[in-house]
Amino acid sequence: MDRVILHSDLNNFYASVECLYRPEIRHKPVAVCGDPAARQGIVLAKNYPAKATGIKTGEAIWQARQKCPGLVVVPPNFPLYLRFAHLAREIYADYTDQIEPFGLDEAWLDVTGSREICGDGVKIADEIRERIKFEMGVTASVGVSYNKIFAKLGSDMKKPDATTVITHDNFKELVWPLPAGDLLYVGRATQRKLARRGINSIGDIAQSPPEYLKSFLGKWGEVLWSFANGNDHSPVTRISEAALIKSVGNSITTPRDLENDADVEMVFYVLSESVAARLRKHGLKCRTAQIHIRDNSLFSFDAQGKFLEPTHLSSDLAEKAMELFRAQYGWARPIRSLGVRGCNLVTAENNEQLCLFADEEKRLKQEKVEATVDVLRHRFGHLSIQRAVLLQDTDFRTINPQEDHVIHPVGFFKPGKLP
Amino acid sequence: MEAKQYHNPDKIYLSVKTVFYREGGLEPISFLWEDGQEYEISKVTDIRRAASLKAGGTGIRYTCKVHNREVYLFLEEDRWFMERRD
Repeated sequence: MDRVILHSDLNNFYASVECLYRPEIRHKPVAVCGDPAARQGIVLAKNYPAKATGIKTGEAIWQARQKCPGLVVVPPNFPLYLRFAHLAREIYADYTDQIEPFGLDEAWLDVTGSREICGDGVKIADEIRERIKFEMGVTASVGVSYNKIFAKLGSDMKKPDATTVITHDNFKELVWPLPAGDLLYVGRATQRKLARRGINSIGDIAQSPPEYLKSFLGKWGEVLWSFANGNDHSPVTRISEAALIKSVGNSITTPRDLENDADVEMVFYVLSESVAARLRKHGLKCRTAQIHIRDNSLFSFDAQGKFLEPTHLSSDLAEKAMELFRAQYGWARPIRSLGVRGCNLVTAENNEQLCLFADEEKRLKQEKVEATVDVLRHRFGHLSIQRAVLLQDTDFRTINPQEDHVIHPVGFFKPGKLP
Repeated sequence: MEAKQYHNPDKIYLSVKTVFYREGGLEPISFLWEDGQEYEISKVTDIRRAASLKAGGTGIRYTCKVHNREVYLFLEEDRWFMERRD
């Protein structure tokens, strides 16, 4: 039996919410942009009038202004967007408990089991759109299909406020002419590899022999081939209230470029403290640390390393991050942004295998120290207690990543468990 | 908290008296209008989630009878607002 999968996409999400709350700018070109003073002055979202002038997400504000001199630039209000994301998910939850969020503004819903009660996929999709419009004052596009990949492509086809159905009978007409890059997981690099071989559309992928795709894309070649042919069987993950957190991380674009190891160490400490505090808050420890480095030419890469035993201590995270950094970075260029992430999580209450080579007593002491810091910060604010290493540079002293960064990428936070 | 950065003359925040029922739920019983006068709500005829495009916001919308006129009172997070009438 075919599944019925919906993919709901809130149109121009941040910009739509801003336009709802600011009726005076609704009919003007609007872009929600990061803070230029913090060097995050890029377009995060834009409304349709702005889109019509050719403004793209990710552009610098000055580029956007060149294309559209009358552009209204507004700062983001993440707490408000989170509230709206929750409202949307509450609506989805009236139709199914199989909801898989993809960022704040998108979600897959498996409504296969709800058809008897709520009607077919199109009826549910239309009802969800109506409710989002009436109850939230923004619009959504919904794709309806028998797999997640086509449902997502469907939600992209007609905007705003529309339902698109992709079936076994019409997918060759609707999906195959789309550029290969529209397919989930076809990034720029893959797109280039495909284009070099004359594979430009999703249909081209579908009609290439899977072994051939595999020969230059590896196992992803076969995956993409089955996606393009509608043979995606991946389930819509059921998200319960106690949804599992897969990793906890923080990254930051620093107020100035980082020039040396000492700068990097400072930032790693700031980030590690925030990650460690959040791990503790959720009662988790991590087995692996991951760092993310982006230099000032915007080239970026990740590196991972394992801990001897699971930890939620900022000192462990920062030291591991520094160790990875020293091993991986040759200082070809100054650094623009850094990230620290704890992955491979275990619950902190679990009985653990004690490590023969670590000083257990010291670790317990350190855990007490950090727990005390959590309490102090909770009572007196984040800046009430600081590491001495952070006092070397006033630029970094006021960074408080835990409170500044509320938006997390996919799979990182699940609904109902937001910080 | 987020509402503070938006200034919309058509969004009128109000002080509202409400009853919290023993068995759960709440209903507004009166509100203070901008002129300082208190208006009794004789009946709440409908309660649903709704957005207000005019005032710019979304919340739980109470359809209230006040002096035989129908008005919408919105509860958004922890603040009540009403749309300005033309």
